[in-house]
Amino acid sequence: MLEIAIKGSKKYWIWLGVLLTVMTVAFAAYIDQFMNGLMITGMSRDVSWGFYIANFTFLVGVAAGGVMVVIPYYIHDYEKFHRITILGEFLAVASLIMCLMFIVADLGQPTRMLNVLLYPTPNSMLFWDMCVLNGYLFLNIVIGWKVLEAERNQVKPPKWTTPLIYLSIPFAIGIHTVTAYLYCGLPGRGFWLTAILAPRFLASAFAAGPSFLILLCYLVRKFTKFDPGWEAMQTLSKIVCYALIANVFFFLCEVFVVFYSKIPGHMAHIEYLFFGLHGHNALVPWMWTSMTLMFVAIGLLIVPVFRNNETLLPFTCIMVFVGTWIDKSLGMISGGFVPSPLHHVTEYIPTVQEVVISLGVLATGLLILTVLFKLAATVKEEVRG
Amino acid sequence: MNNSRKSFLKKSRRSFLKAAGISAVAIGAAPAIKAVAVASGGGGSASSLPVVSPKAEALSAKRWGMAIDTSKITDEVVESVVAACRNAHNIPDFTIEPDEEKYPKTRPAKKMQEIKWIWEEHYQYAFPEMEDEFLAEKYKVLPFLVTCNHCKNAPCVQACPTKATFKRPDGIVIMDYHRCIGCRFCMAACPYGSRSFNFRDARPFIEKINPEFPVRSKGVVEKCNLCAERLAKGEQPACVEASEGAIVVGDLEDPESEVRVLLNDNYAIRRKQELGTEPSVYYIM
Repeated sequence: MLEIAIKGSKKYWIWLGVLLTVMTVAFAAYIDQFMNGLMITGMSRDVSWGFYIANFTFLVGVAAGGVMVVIPYYIHDYEKFHRITILGEFLAVASLIMCLMFIVADLGQPTRMLNVLLYPTPNSMLFWDMCVLNGYLFLNIVIGWKVLEAERNQVKPPKWTTPLIYLSIPFAIGIHTVTAYLYCGLPGRGFWLTAILAPRFLASAFAAGPSFLILLCYLVRKFTKFDPGWEAMQTLSKIVCYALIANVFFFLCEVFVVFYSKIPGHMAHIEYLFFGLHGHNALVPWMWTSMTLMFVAIGLLIVPVFRNNETLLPFTCIMVFVGTWIDKSLGMISGGFVPSPLHHVTEYIPTVQEVVISLGVLATGLLILTVLFKLAATVKEEVRG
Repeated sequence: MNNSRKSFLKKSRRSFLKAAGISAVAIGAAPAIKAVAVASGGGGSASSLPVVSPKAEALSAKRWGMAIDTSKITDEVVESVVAACRNAHNIPDFTIEPDEEKYPKTRPAKKMQEIKWIWEEHYQYAFPEMEDEFLAEKYKVLPFLVTCNHCKNAPCVQACPTKATFKRPDGIVIMDYHRCIGCRFCMAACPYGSRSFNFRDARPFIEKINPEFPVRSKGVVEKCNLCAERLAKGEQPACVEASEGAIVVGDLEDPESEVRVLLNDNYAIRRKQELGTEPSVYYIM
């Protein structure tokens, strides 16, 4: 099947060329980081995780979001999703590879990363995160590939894929739950120390993932002869709507608990994010932008006239994607570290080099996504003749 | 063997305490404890703990703890304690200018990426949850020394995915710098901000390298190790020696240890006690 990837239009090759260029520049930036250490980042003693881990967390959500097409199709036999299920699975594959790359980029000693396997430590949530992330990646590669291959040969997918598909559902929930557990089990971090963190992560994931999938459907429709189906996209937009409302609702629950109880160690973080603390307010405009985007998007998704407008929907989806990205990437990580456990305020601003390396990871993910989507679209074109 | 040794140790310590008086603190105690340890050594392992150095002169404890007498901490004491720790453990000082010849083209260091094992904080930062607008004036200006608390329930040990951070049977939370992958999960887990990450190679910023202690490579986390390497040689931790009696270390499980006697006679507090991490560092108020 892979031979499909090396036959493409001029536009396809130009796009791959652009991505490869970004990857090359980013790789050079990474080599410098590898040689000189994480000093090249904006991270500090107080804010010891930054842009890499933030994007990792967000992309785990995008990967988990794929399950929002898998559940309706495989559990509820929702036929409209037949065409896009494979897209959801391949999106998960690309997202997970980006996640793993972000983790490696963040390690101080990447050459020692196999120590996590050599000295397995079940009491560390990072160990379990590694297990579920790799498990979910493996499941999606196998399922996606086998189902697409079967479609190409116009046969039923092998029987053994069915239990794997069912298994992939708890895994999808699992990757984001365990990723939330990385944060919410730490005693000294008031911002993360909340049982609603995992549900909130899942809600934002089920908004961000499907909204990105809608955008990808538009692109697939534009650049290939394969049409994922407007009805499927509309159903997805309803899923985004519910999930986004849940995300904002969970956040407001958090705000109530924190500000009604008035426990200083919990209030300080949200105050820093939305109003600034002791004159430090780098994230204030970002957080309000995020909130505005999410609220406006909810409005545009609730009202059927707006939701069913084919021209408006991609813009709504961009708003959801950007809004949840700011909320979960920038806000979630910096918000947890500022103020520090000693209540010092050290702000975090990523360096250009850090952003370039991150763009390289995103370019790699997009390259994988492009190739996988091309496979899927081409096979589906072939089958429909 | 072990039991007889222990009872002998206990007896010696008891007679020593009698002689020196209960108020005696580290400056006098250091050589005395050392003498006791050496005198009682000679015959095999100093304790039943497997990890602790079997050297006869080693200082040992069931659970190491520290008491800091806040009334004895002055700016001078802080300075000499921090310097002693820095020199003993090759901790870089980002304020110095690197030697151009030895380390050409060294990029400038960022203060916020510094490394600290023991350092000065004010009360409101050392005990942020105990902020009080009517706090006695003296505590507002008093320097506090903060360091790793060698918690009984250490969140960093729980978080580490490779067991690079682990707890010794004698209570010291310590690191294997060669196993650490630099994921910094332990830094997020520590509620005391006691951990530092080597964002860069430290060498250009170490004035004089102490060959007795390893220089850490870039990309690993580090923190106070309660001078485990000095305890193993029967020496007191560097901070204790430099503290002019303000810092005392000893066995928290031994009711007659100097630390326990101090805790019995004085009101002492611990940082963020409500988290249940059970810090082993006490502040005598």
